[in-house]
Amino acid sequence: MELFATKNFGKPEALTIAGYKALGGFQGLDKALAMPQQAVIDEVKKASLRGRGGAGFPAGVKWGFLPKDNPKPRYLAVNADEGEPGTFKDRLLMEGDPFGFLEGTVISSYALNVHHAYVYVRGEFFKARRIVQDAVDALYKEGLLGKSVCGSGYELDVTVHPGAGAYICGEETALLESLEGKRGEPRIKPPFPAVVGAFGCPTIINNVETLAYVPWILAKGADWFAGYGIAGEGGPKLFCMSGDVKRPGLYELHSGANLRELIYEHCGGIVGDKKLLAVIPGGASSAPLTVDEIDVGMDFETLKKKGTMLGSAATMVIAEGRCVVKILARTLKFFHHESCGQCTPCREGTGWLHRLMERLEHGGEPDVIRKDMGLLFGICDNMVGNTICVLADAAVMPTKGFVNKFRGVFEAHMDGRGCPLHRDAQGHP
Amino acid sequence: MPFEFTAAEKQQIDALISRYPQKRAALIPVLHLAQARTGLITAEVVHAAAGVLGLTAAQVYEVVSFYSMFRKAPVGRRHVQICTNIACMLRGAEDLVAAATRRCGVDVGETTADGEFTIEEVECLAACGTAPVVQVNEDYHENLTVESFERLLAKN
Ligand SMILES: Cc1cc2nc3c(=O)[nH]c(=O)nc-3n(C[C@H](O)[C@H](O)[C@H](O)COP(=O)(O)O)c2cc1C
Ligand code: SF4
Ligand code: FES
Repeated sequence: MELFATKNFGKPEALTIAGYKALGGFQGLDKALAMPQQAVIDEVKKASLRGRGGAGFPAGVKWGFLPKDNPKPRYLAVNADEGEPGTFKDRLLMEGDPFGFLEGTVISSYALNVHHAYVYVRGEFFKARRIVQDAVDALYKEGLLGKSVCGSGYELDVTVHPGAGAYICGEETALLESLEGKRGEPRIKPPFPAVVGAFGCPTIINNVETLAYVPWILAKGADWFAGYGIAGEGGPKLFCMSGDVKRPGLYELHSGANLRELIYEHCGGIVGDKKLLAVIPGGASSAPLTVDEIDVGMDFETLKKKGTMLGSAATMVIAEGRCVVKILARTLKFFHHESCGQCTPCREGTGWLHRLMERLEHGGEPDVIRKDMGLLFGICDNMVGNTICVLADAAVMPTKGFVNKFRGVFEAHMDGRGCPLHRDAQGHP
Repeated sequence: MPFEFTAAEKQQIDALISRYPQKRAALIPVLHLAQARTGLITAEVVHAAAGVLGLTAAQVYEVVSFYSMFRKAPVGRRHVQICTNIACMLRGAEDLVAAATRRCGVDVGETTADGEFTIEEVECLAACGTAPVVQVNEDYHENLTVESFERLLAKN
């Protein structure tokens, strides 16, 4: 398999400008700077690059939403807040090939006529932040950033901005609030960030992986990129494989890659050659697939049709013998903890679901459990679509998915005596 | 404890402010800068940050309270943050929590009496492919086993 965004991983020279260039870097940038700005946007649109941060929105189309006649400055915010459980690609891209996504950032900024880009890096990523800051400093020093990028006369500043520990700041409008020095509370949309974004100005937000592929589109052409993936979803694609597989890690394949092949060929199958129980294909926010559902293409449209989503392609593999109630309880603990608390259905709903699943897993008053389980889908339906951002929906999708697909397991927990896997032969907890 | 930014820090803060169209945007970087020296965000730090950025103390407090990395209480010299999210849980994070609390003699969320360790459970650290993962201060330790984790804790 040929590698692109990950091809420089493990090569220390990729951390210097000269080394990155020797490895073939900056070809996309050179081409872009010789093109009119609109032509770069058109190229990205034609490549059918879909956003890799979770929502899968076509990057070129989003870029087209910037108002043409707004005299205010415009910004690019690079979303490097990676916090979706199961996802680890952006951190590795920043640590392994910082000039790759930064080249994409410069090309995209040029295309969008942005003169200041902010890279919002998750607070916990001290190492990645140092590496990216060093790379940015080097780009300034070599004249690839600043008053005249590569002598083109085009001016661009890039600032690396730290987060401080809050999953919700990965949501694009929360990210903007945080960038402005405020609590990371999502904004009501519209207005959309392309119109009113950072500091009240038009702003485009893109994920690190999305930008890491932009140089490839310029260097090898939109037709190549579009043809590399599947129709409508161009390009190579990163898959974060974790959980009960023999060889977890980051795999660069193509959009639409087959999930069974990912698990059994690339990752070498299930630990201990156990049977597969379920797969969470797109991060903690996605509904699971069962063992019968893994002959599936890993792309946005196919997984949507299957009732789940590709999200950030964070694929967590679960072997037989695991308790899905426990996994769902841990997932809901996460969403309860990370709800920003602005919306009542989310703040209260995530807490309710979390407590209910904890009681199922660890035991509790059977009457309370049965009553809550009766209310479960009603709670879910009151959360979905009734909140400012989709974190509430993200908690509901795995809840409904796991309960619907593993009903028997949930019912076996409903006697209030905790997880059946943790009882002795006599059935005592 | 009185707190003032040093002359060198004030220079760094001016450089930070110059990166944004609005002064307030430098708040999170400024709080990181202060905490790197003080270990936590005290009331004095809040007032100093508000002072250099022209904000009210309330504007700073609401930010400090929102973000988990801004510490309201001191932590041990080694802040042991064990990821217990799904991928790490599947790969043995619970055993690491048990090993840490046993070794240090404190519960999750507590600090040892000698001020060496604080043990905490944290959410996904974005290293799920090399799970289980523990962050100690700024550094990640990946692919841990109970044995390698105990060795890590035993080191000075
Ligand atoms: C709760 C929540 C958390 C999110 N976290 C991230 C994240 O950590 N990184 C990211 O790139 N996008 C994240 N997103 C998606 C962003 O809102 C946004 O769609 C994305 O950054 C756009 O970039 P893209 O079009 O290049 O994918 C999150 C969305 C939500 C609702
Ligand atoms: S849905 Fe939840 S996380 Fe999103 S804005 Fe509302 S309370 Fe905050
Ligand atoms: S689940 Fe532990 S690093 Fe992702």
